[in-house]
Order: sequence, then structure tokens, then C-alpha cells
Amino acid sequence: MTMNSERSIVGKNFRKVDGVKLVTGRPAFTDDIHLPGMLIGKILPSPRAHARIKNIDASKAKALPGVHAVLTYRDVPRVPHTTAGQAWPEPSPKDTYLLDWKVRFVGDRVAAVAAESRAIAEEALRLIEVEYEDLPPVLEIEQAMAPGAPVIHDEPDSTGIHDAAHNVAGFILKEIGSVERGFREADHIFEREFRTQRQQHCSIEPHITISWLDPDNRLVIRSSTQVPFHARRQVAQILQIPLQRVHVVKPRIGGGFGGKQEMLLEDICGALALATRRPVKIEYTREEEFFMARSRHPQILRMKMGVKRDGTIVASQLTVLATTGAYGSHATTVQGNTGSKVLPLYRVPNMKFECHIVYTTAPVAGAFRGYGCPQGFLAQESLVDEIAHELKMDPIEFRRKNMIRLGDLDELSAELGEGRRGLPRRIRSCGLPECLERGAAAIDWERRRKAGPASNGHLRRGVGVACSMQGSGIAGIDWASALIKLNEDGSFHLLAGASDLGTGADTVLAQIVAETLGVSLDKITVTSGDTDFTPFDVGAYASSTTIISGGAVKKTAEKVRDQIVKLASKMLEVPPEELICRDNQVVAKSECGKAVTMADLAMHATYREKFQIIDSASHFNTDSPPPFCAQFADVEVDTETGEIRVLHLVTAVDCGVPINPRQAEGQVEGAVAQSLGYGFTEEMVLDGQGRMINPSFLDYKILSSKDMPKLTTILVETEEPLGPYGAKSIGEVAINTAAPAVLNAVFHATGVRFRKLPVRPEDVLRALGAKGDACA
Amino acid sequence: MNTIEIGVKINGDSKRWTIAPGDLLLDVLRREGYYGVKRGCESGECGACTVLLDGKAINSCVMFAAQADGCELLTIEGLAQGDTLDPIQEAFLERGAVQCGYCTPGMILSAKAFLAHQPNPTEDEVRDALAGNLCRCTGYLKPVEAVLAAAEACRRSARER
Repeated sequence: MTMNSERSIVGKNFRKVDGVKLVTGRPAFTDDIHLPGMLIGKILPSPRAHARIKNIDASKAKALPGVHAVLTYRDVPRVPHTTAGQAWPEPSPKDTYLLDWKVRFVGDRVAAVAAESRAIAEEALRLIEVEYEDLPPVLEIEQAMAPGAPVIHDEPDSTGIHDAAHNVAGFILKEIGSVERGFREADHIFEREFRTQRQQHCSIEPHITISWLDPDNRLVIRSSTQVPFHARRQVAQILQIPLQRVHVVKPRIGGGFGGKQEMLLEDICGALALATRRPVKIEYTREEEFFMARSRHPQILRMKMGVKRDGTIVASQLTVLATTGAYGSHATTVQGNTGSKVLPLYRVPNMKFECHIVYTTAPVAGAFRGYGCPQGFLAQESLVDEIAHELKMDPIEFRRKNMIRLGDLDELSAELGEGRRGLPRRIRSCGLPECLERGAAAIDWERRRKAGPASNGHLRRGVGVACSMQGSGIAGIDWASALIKLNEDGSFHLLAGASDLGTGADTVLAQIVAETLGVSLDKITVTSGDTDFTPFDVGAYASSTTIISGGAVKKTAEKVRDQIVKLASKMLEVPPEELICRDNQVVAKSECGKAVTMADLAMHATYREKFQIIDSASHFNTDSPPPFCAQFADVEVDTETGEIRVLHLVTAVDCGVPINPRQAEGQVEGAVAQSLGYGFTEEMVLDGQGRMINPSFLDYKILSSKDMPKLTTILVETEEPLGPYGAKSIGEVAINTAAPAVLNAVFHATGVRFRKLPVRPEDVLRALGAKGDACA
Repeated sequence: MNTIEIGVKINGDSKRWTIAPGDLLLDVLRREGYYGVKRGCESGECGACTVLLDGKAINSCVMFAAQADGCELLTIEGLAQGDTLDPIQEAFLERGAVQCGYCTPGMILSAKAFLAHQPNPTEDEVRDALAGNLCRCTGYLKPVEAVLAAAEACRRSARER
């Protein structure tokens, strides 16, 4: 089906180009440097969920020996902005301030200090005297929307808020066809409500930034960020200094998952560096990371579907209430995705998506791998399973009958663009049928479903399925650029704006360059994510890097190849169209055997022609080709303990052509682990005052090696015309389905449905008890 | 401030460090340039700060540096012999077990301590051995495969010797 056999680098399992430094522990991360005179910065987090700062007195803190700066809202520029690291103009409301006279959640910034040690900085925080005027906390979605609810954003200068007086950060209402007509035509109508919780990214490296003034008085920001270029723009804007004076450096990142698509520390760390004229480091503790960073938006989803007797879906309606917490970072765009990437998985003529995103005085939600889809697919894939069951259809057959297919045009995507009208999505590659087929075979679907649920004493066993899709970059918005130069030894330096956050992007981009230039992978050196030394890239988010940054890299490599071939043509006296690059040389296709090595050509260019072979290119797409996923779960439910034991998870994914299949599998497996945590163990629990009561890995359970089930990953290869070498994306799609796939299997095993995450053993026991199942 | 002096053998080198009695081993190691020891939680929950103390994997974030006085330490920096990687490091690269790489040093060191005592482990035993090293990137499948592959490689080279 594909031309992989002709490729020597793409589609092969090369080791990570940056792997050796990671397995040997060489200093590669933000914190792995020592700067003389570096101060430690700390942020005073608000102990109140909602309060006005009546008075703040930092004099005692400032007087403490070893303290070099204390900043409050009186000391810094007041610039409304969003922390969301999105392309300008950001679609998120500008409702956030470097420091403010109001606090809106427990953990909100009150003040910041820079001191000679962490102990002194912490002592200084204790010496800051703050007098609060308490305002009522607003923690639940329904409470925030109730008439007369306390207004969270009552400041006059914020912009882009849909309805600040009623705590509505954003509102979305889009319809394709007429759901009213669709429901009239339907033989059966199903409607269910689902609830999802706050999940935290839990990157093992917390947010960290080190900032200093370089000898030219420019502000260097060394930061664990997915968006160096957005962070540069945001910091310049917030600190009111020229963008030219800001240099953002992205070293290795210890995991991001969207949490580092937020400008969280760069601004305040920069402000402290400017105030002290000393290097300053701010690093969140694990506890701070939990409630001062970002989380997944909790949602209440009401989904309604109308179907014909034969299983044809004729109307699909999703109504979502979501909370963005205290600030509207990614508010409308995450929730827009809950509609635009979820509903069109099924080709329904009448679709409606309505969403209210409200402020609460709770920890702030933001971008998180999946970006609104895990919530949406929980609802849709659970409901579809229920409908299939009621119609006595096999869940796979029901999906096959309705699912999107090759050549389809998805109009809902156009309606639900990135905070404005977007572009329609044409399906140019679709491996979903094959994902279903191969996944079903791997879980032994037909036999297991025919045999029905298995029962062994107090154990019940069943299998379930769920499907999803995602995007590959944001159509018409995400773009990237790259620059490649030839060194005189025949090696190449790739300078890419892209931000490898541990995903293997540097390796994938290097593979694309090596493939295009016909050289071995070890000839490529990668420098990425540095605003001084690499050209622009929006950053690592929206599953964009392989397709968008990879597209830029491929275009660049093609331009460089043209230069190389032109010179080789002159050197070899062979017409350019007769030459190809392969095996680290330029060779004539004909039998004349003429060839020049890349190294000889490079020396010739450098010292004879006196010419640098170098080029750059930019790339964006007007469409966002979806990767597809079908996930199958084999589970056992213990009716005595309520434990759900996942025995086997099969994930079949169509990511186009995987540039590095092993890395692609790794993306799937990691996403599945986070998805299982989302379904069954992870939840940020707040008390009545908005304080998170479980901000540690002891009390907030992410899965360990012992908790993971057997995983099978199947890469279903398709050729995507819009992607470099046929690639789509792989970073997010597999995070959407573990919860619904497992819960559908739990239903198969026990006949009980769960619609609120996370589902814990006590929930299962309670539900089984209510159903009257033998819990002897 | 009160200071004390401790002596350790770290990655084969004898060192004397002046520390405060309350200094954590993690902080001292990073201060001394052993940046491969990572800070993830400072409460002994994530395992990113794992080092080997007299051959045993410990969380350096919940141990006083003073407690390491007279001990032998191994950090990730001391695992390779020059440019020759340890079989576990090789296996992590070959099997795609590294994504962001932040938990990797701790995970490799836990595996190192484990394989020294159990050269022929089952998958379940490997999963037990790595359970103290949280990873948010990989889903653990490839790290577990890497440790099993490293064990196999070590047994093979032992047979050949």
C-alpha cells in the first residue's frame, strides 16, 4: 500500500538522536546548570479561594537578610493576558495579570520573592503580611451559573470574556442540519449525562524556569516550555519590554502533556531577574505543581442521539457544561474540541454542539493531551455502546455502519474552529475499519462476544471497544519553519523551531531530513526550540509537530537538496534531473557511475565555490488530517471488592505512515497509561474551601509499572497526502478511549454502566449492590 | 552555620564534602554536579532521585547527606565505562524505553540494583522492581522490555566469558 520499502530512514526504528545523553544523565534539563549568584524565586500562593487583597505589606520580607526582591501587584505592570501559549491573537480571554489585587483560587499568585536560598525565600513568604477581604468561593459549575452568583472576574480591564457578570468565560453553539428534525425522524432517542473530573498532567519534571540578563542586557529565559516562541511574545508583552530583548531557550523537557503549553513561570521569573539583575530560578514543588499549574477541564456532558431501527444515527447532540477554573486558559478551544473532534467520528446529518464554559474559584484548567476529547469520547463511546446494546447490534457493527469514512467532508470542524470559524476537514486517509478489524482479532472479539460475559465465582469478565479520532495540527493556524545548512564534512545542521518535549520530535525531524537528503541519520545534528538560533514554530501542541514541523523540515531539506544537486551537476557534468542523493553521496541514475560524496561536495562548495549551502522553508496546512484509534479492553470485575482488573488493552491506531514506529508505539502506550489513570484512579479533590486535599503522588494515584495491564499496540499504516512521507499524528489520539473501552467491557461483564469518572472500586460495589448482583 | 564534613566514594572516586547537617542527599549531589539525579517530588514517591547506596536503590530526596558518610554511591553518571554504555542503558535506547528521559536515570539504577540480585527475572519481578519509579511518558511497557532484554544480554555475555 505504501512505498516504505523504497525508504531507508523513514519508517525505521532508529534510536533517539538525543538518547545517549538521557540514559547517561548528562546535564540536559533546565535545572542542570549552575549560574554564579543565582537566586531562588518563590511565589506566595493564595490560601483563599476568592478574596480581594485589602492590604499587602512586604516590608518585613524585604528586610530579611538574603532577600533581593519582593514583588506585589504594586510593583509590576498590569497587562491583561492569557497564560495559554497559543498563536496570536489568542482565542482565550485576557483575564490574567502578572500579579493582581484579587485572588481567584487557592494557589493564585499573591506575591513573589527572590532570595539567596530556598530557605530564605520560604521565610520571606511567611513574612509578607496580607489582609484579605474574603469573598464567597464558587466551586461547582452549577453554582457559578446560578443567578446572583458571586462574580469572579469583576475587574474592568479583562477582555474576551463571554459574559463576565455571569461567570461565563466562553459559549459555543453550532448546528449542522437540524437536530430537531433528526430527532423527529428517529425511531429511538437515547440521552445520558456524564461527568468528568480534574486531572493533572503530572509531568515528572515540574514547571521550572531560570532567567537572567545576558551581557547585552537581554533577558534570557531558560524554561521547560512547549512553546518557546509564544512564551517570548507573552513575556515581552507582560513585562513591557521589546520582544527583541527576550531570548527563550528550551532545553530538554521532562514531560509536558500540554501543561507546558502555558506560560506559567516565565513572566514572574523574568520580572524577578529584571528587579534583582541576578539570575533567578523558580521551580514548582510537586505540591505546587498540582494546584498552581494546570489541569484537565471538568465537564458535565449531556449527550443525546437519535437512531433509526436499522442503527443509522440521524441526530447527535452534545451539551457541555465545563469549568475552566479561575482563568480562561484554553477555555473555548478545549471545549470546542469536545464537539469538533468527537461528534464527526460518526457521519450524522444533524449535529448540534452547545457548550458553556464557566469560571469557578478552583485550580485553573488548561491544555492537556487530548484537549477536550477524552471527555467527549467518554460520553459518545459509552452512549454508542448503549445504543448498540439496546438495538441488539454488535458494537463494532453499529460503529462501522455510522463511522466517518474516506472522502467524507466534516463540516462541523469548520463551524468549530480555533475560537472562530475554521476550515472543513476532508478525510484523505482513514484506517479506522482496519483498526477495528485488527483490534477485534487481537482481543478475540467475535468469540468473546458470542460466548457472552464469563463468570467465575465472584469474578465477571467481559470485552469492550471504543473509537476516537484527533487532529494533526490546527488547520490554517499552526505553522512552522526550519533551516538546514551543510557543513564542510558533508554533515547537516537542522535548526528547527519545534519543541521536542520528550516525544522524540528531534529524532523524527532528523529522520525526515536524512531521508530527503539521502544521508545517514548520524549526519544530522539537531538544534531546536531556541528563539535566538532557530526559526519560528508555534510549538509542540495539537499533535502538530510531525505533520507541521515535519512538513517544514521536509520542504527545507528539498530546497537544500536542489542546491546540492545543482552543484553536483556542475561538478559531475551530469544534468540535475539525472542525479539523486543517496548513501551520503550524489549519484547519477544512469550507468555512467558518476558520483560525488556529500563530504567532497561540501568541501567544494565551501572552499572552491565559496558558497554556503543553506536554506529554510515555512509550512502550514489548511486541513488537519485526523489519526484514528480503536481500542479494545478485556476486563475482569471482582464483585466482592469492586475492583476492575484490566487484563489486556489492545490499541489499534492509524497515524498515517509512522516515521519511527517504535517511538509511535511509545506515544500510544504512554497515552493509554494516562487514559487509564483518568478513568480509574486520578482526581484532584478539593475541599469546601477550594483547597486541593491530595497534592502528592501518595494521594493522587498515577499508575506505576505494577498497575499497567498487558498492552498490545497495532499501527495501521495509511498514506496521508498532506503529511510528510504520509505521516499524520500520534501524540494524543490514544488518550481518549481507555475509560470508555474499559467501561463498555465492564458493562459487558456485569450489566452495569458508569458515567462519572473516575470509577473506583467503591463505585463499582455500590452499583453492583444497587443492581442486586450477588456480592456474597 | 554549622557544617560537617563527610566522606563518600562516588562513582569510584573518593570525595570529601562539607555539608550542613540537614542537607538532603539529593541537594548535595546536584550541588556537586551530579545532575543526573533528578528532583521530582521531594517526598520519596516518584523515584526520579534514585541512586545506589552500597548497591541498594534509595530515594536521595528523603535521606540526609550525612547518612551517606562512609558509603559507596553510584549515580547514573558512573554507570557507563567511558563511552561503553551499561547493557541496561543500551537496552533502554534500543527498545525505545526513553521518552522525556527525566525518570530514566532513576529507573535504570533501580534496574541495575535489581538485576545484580536477580539476573534471570520474570516480567512481574521487573515490574515490581520498577514500581518505585514513576514515569508519565512510556506506560512502562518498553522500560520493562528493556530491563528483560538487558538481563538476557548480561546472561549471554556471562556465558561467553
